[in-house]
Amino acid sequence: MNEAAPQGGEPAAPRRTGARDPQLSSWFESTARQRLAGLLDGGSFSEILGPEQRELSPHLRQFGLPPAFDDGMIVGRGRLAGRTVLVAAQEGRFLGGAVGEVHGAKLVGLLRAVRSMAADARALLILFDTGGVRLQEANAGEVAIAEIMHAMLQARAAGATILGLIGGRAGCFGGGGLIAACCSGLIVSEQGRIGVTGPEVIESNQGVEEFDAADRALVWRTVGGKHRRLIGGADAFAEDHAESFRSAAIALLERPCRFDLEVTVAEHARLRERLARLGDADDAWAIWARLGVADPTRVPDMPAPEFLELVARLQDERRDAR
Amino acid sequence: MSWQQRRGERNERLGAGSRFTNGKIIRAGEATALLEAVLRPGDRVCLEGDNQKQADHLAKALLACDPARVHDLHLVQSGIVLPAHLDLFERRIARRLDFSYSGPQSTRMARMLQAGQIELGAVHTYLELFARYFVDLTPAVALIAAVSADRDGNLYTGPNTEDTPTIVEATAFRDGIVIAQANEIVERVPRVDIPGDQVHFIAPAPAPFFVEPLFTRDPAAITETQILMAMLVIKGIYAPYGIERLNHGIGFGTAAIELILPTYGESLGLKGRIARRWALNPHPTLIPAIESGWVEQVHCFGSEVGMEAYLAARPDVFFTGSDGSLRSNRAYCQTAGLYACDLFIGSTLQIDPAGHSSTVTLSRVAGFGGAPNMGSDPRGRRHPSASWLKAGREAHRGGDAALMRGRKLVVQLVETFGEKLIPTFVEQLDAVQFGARLGLGLAPVMVYGDDVSHIVTEEGIANLLLCRDADEREQAIRGVAGYTEVGRRRDRAAVARLRQRGVIQRPEDLGIDPLDADRSLLAARSIRDLVRWSGGLYRPPARYRNW
Amino acid sequence: METLSFRHTAAHALAGARAHALVGVVGSGNLEALFERVLDGNACVVEVVTAVAGYGAVWSEVIADFVQRYSPGGLRICIHDGGARPDTVALRLAQGVSLMADDHE
Repeated sequence: MNEAAPQGGEPAAPRRTGARDPQLSSWFESTARQRLAGLLDGGSFSEILGPEQRELSPHLRQFGLPPAFDDGMIVGRGRLAGRTVLVAAQEGRFLGGAVGEVHGAKLVGLLRAVRSMAADARALLILFDTGGVRLQEANAGEVAIAEIMHAMLQARAAGATILGLIGGRAGCFGGGGLIAACCSGLIVSEQGRIGVTGPEVIESNQGVEEFDAADRALVWRTVGGKHRRLIGGADAFAEDHAESFRSAAIALLERPCRFDLEVTVAEHARLRERLARLGDADDAWAIWARLGVADPTRVPDMPAPEFLELVARLQDERRDAR
Repeated sequence: MSWQQRRGERNERLGAGSRFTNGKIIRAGEATALLEAVLRPGDRVCLEGDNQKQADHLAKALLACDPARVHDLHLVQSGIVLPAHLDLFERRIARRLDFSYSGPQSTRMARMLQAGQIELGAVHTYLELFARYFVDLTPAVALIAAVSADRDGNLYTGPNTEDTPTIVEATAFRDGIVIAQANEIVERVPRVDIPGDQVHFIAPAPAPFFVEPLFTRDPAAITETQILMAMLVIKGIYAPYGIERLNHGIGFGTAAIELILPTYGESLGLKGRIARRWALNPHPTLIPAIESGWVEQVHCFGSEVGMEAYLAARPDVFFTGSDGSLRSNRAYCQTAGLYACDLFIGSTLQIDPAGHSSTVTLSRVAGFGGAPNMGSDPRGRRHPSASWLKAGREAHRGGDAALMRGRKLVVQLVETFGEKLIPTFVEQLDAVQFGARLGLGLAPVMVYGDDVSHIVTEEGIANLLLCRDADEREQAIRGVAGYTEVGRRRDRAAVARLRQRGVIQRPEDLGIDPLDADRSLLAARSIRDLVRWSGGLYRPPARYRNW
Repeated sequence: METLSFRHTAAHALAGARAHALVGVVGSGNLEALFERVLDGNACVVEVVTAVAGYGAVWSEVIADFVQRYSPGGLRICIHDGGARPDTVALRLAQGVSLMADDHE
């Protein structure tokens, strides 16, 4: 069976891809509640404004849409490797994780609550899974995005670490992309996508010649997790299970994160430098080649360990720029 | 009187065509001119196309012909798949049609049939249409697709050989003309799939012929209900009948079966006892079972986009040529599915209380493809197997046991409701009304009720072999039709009696808890997982990637 | 959108200690169901808000079969439905009962 030897360098597949162990099941496939269960220390999650409180969207019924008991946003507190953290998780399968009035208000409240934690232990994790603002409550949703960003910057100025975890079906787009940009650190998986304007919107505005949203390989190499990690848009790369997101989050929480004028100015400088260096590339492959990747077309198929080695080789300095 | 009229006529046509060629190679831009010179009004033409590969360059060239010169053609081909295929009828280049499959054009096909724009002969199964190529639908001209050709006309059709040898056999040996499009002209083809003396003209194509990845099912879309049904099939049918030789249809339900063989099947200790030999397209979802050592042999109707390198690397399992790549052959594989498999399992859009099924609805005519052939009990079979005999005993109704026939298992795997809450079970098939409206003389039924042995839904398994009369059969079917109108009209007492006799088996009767039907049972839950299982050999098309 | 309500008397109260549980997600072809142990004795109430109107008779049968099979006495079950098929409804109801029957709070 010589021919059977792997040619793509993929490790042998597991006999069974996932057990029912929440830490091992696919992050991409999981519901928001399953992700929380797998991410936090076992049984440590306690929800604020749980479904039985029935804090429902006041708008959706007018559009003939059934509401969700948690409005697609689950907030609460739990422990991560023993450390207390606040957590918010978006349910990407409910209206594409879109931000409405209640959904947004729950996150704003949580962001304000982080400042009541001990000054040296302020930590909040956002499990993103959103296409942006909810069309049916667009005004309330837009206001919520602004309030969230405001509350995030206040929390960060008060020393809080805010991590974004991205690897769900809906990705992290629209206002979600703006919120993600305000985090102190982002963890993304291969399936995760980060952007402001979604692929379909780009196609309908700019034409299919400019961007073919049905070409999923193109979409992922343009906004997908590996690309974001390679250009420094995300700070850590996780495999598609809660255990991997969990260890990445534990590691990032350890990292000191300053947020002041000096850091912001430096980040802007890095963004300018990145634009000058990569701005005229017409495809992610060209960008990766400039970053020093020997065979850019292989990157999407690269198994996680090999990709992490590549990242370590290319990025010796920390890049805050997104 | 001449006995060589056809040959003379063919030589005339070849002479007319040769004005546009250098040797056998058609000069650039002259394909349409050649077709206009070679074709005669009313000709029977096979424009190669099936559910996978398409002679798309020649289709375009034919469509560009002057309808004043080329008209009223009779198309005899497996697939009406490209928009150009139906454009030919709108331009009156073609008038009459005999075909098998029209999946992607099913809506427009229904509209054009009802508007009388197409004179329909019949909707066939593949094997049936191929058979008629040799009796009463022999093409005068065949327009076929190859990967490469040499100057002598030798063709390499590669992994997607599919219908080509059959079409060429019928055309070339009956004094017809064979015109092939080829992606490239080479000094020497990698292997000879069609010998050069059966090919008259070669049209170099500007782009590789189109192939549809029709058999790629993304495991990410498989539902818990489909997993439950897959568990029912493995434990309730494959295990007790010991099904070793089989064919799977194309749906997500059968993909679920393939994906839980190495997990659920393994846990039941069935490895090596079931699902060893297949007549099957190279389904990517079969990769985990192959890699886990379940599968000994697979013969393929066609290939599948992205599977080429994987297939070439597994010659112990697949049929491969001297060049190392897959050799597929639809006619042989259909024959294998009919005579050498003990079970067919597939899905459908509608089933009636007699067990008849159809994929024709009033707004869609998708044709049959191969399912009615695979999904039928072959009366000409004479070799026994344990599963065939067991099914035969169940179906046996008195008479001399020594003269008992065996029985092929034909399993319909359907969810009680389809997309948008459309019920799968109906009191009357749309096909009946459709056939009457078009005066087809035959309702386009996919699988006749008397060929069906089992119907499996999320509600359980109905074993129709054990039903003693038509009433029992109807109640057995209603008994697994769930909350559809057909199901809600069941006679509850009769259904309870059938369940006691094991004619209907619910999940709990088989020791299956629906709460165990979890996606963690899937050996691969995404296309990415399938790539991993293949050791990176499977290269899925861009539209199936999310990485 | 349609709102439906079904009231049953189950054969007995459902065992277990859990006060409430949520299963599923409101999405296309899916639903969420909130189970709460708030009713007296064997009473069981199922309230449905569904995006797809006109399937009241089917809901009624699915829920009657569910109550007969699992005897969910004491439960109020509130469903937000995004057009789930009856088999999905039955599966989610079974999943919820299984959670509620758990001894642990």
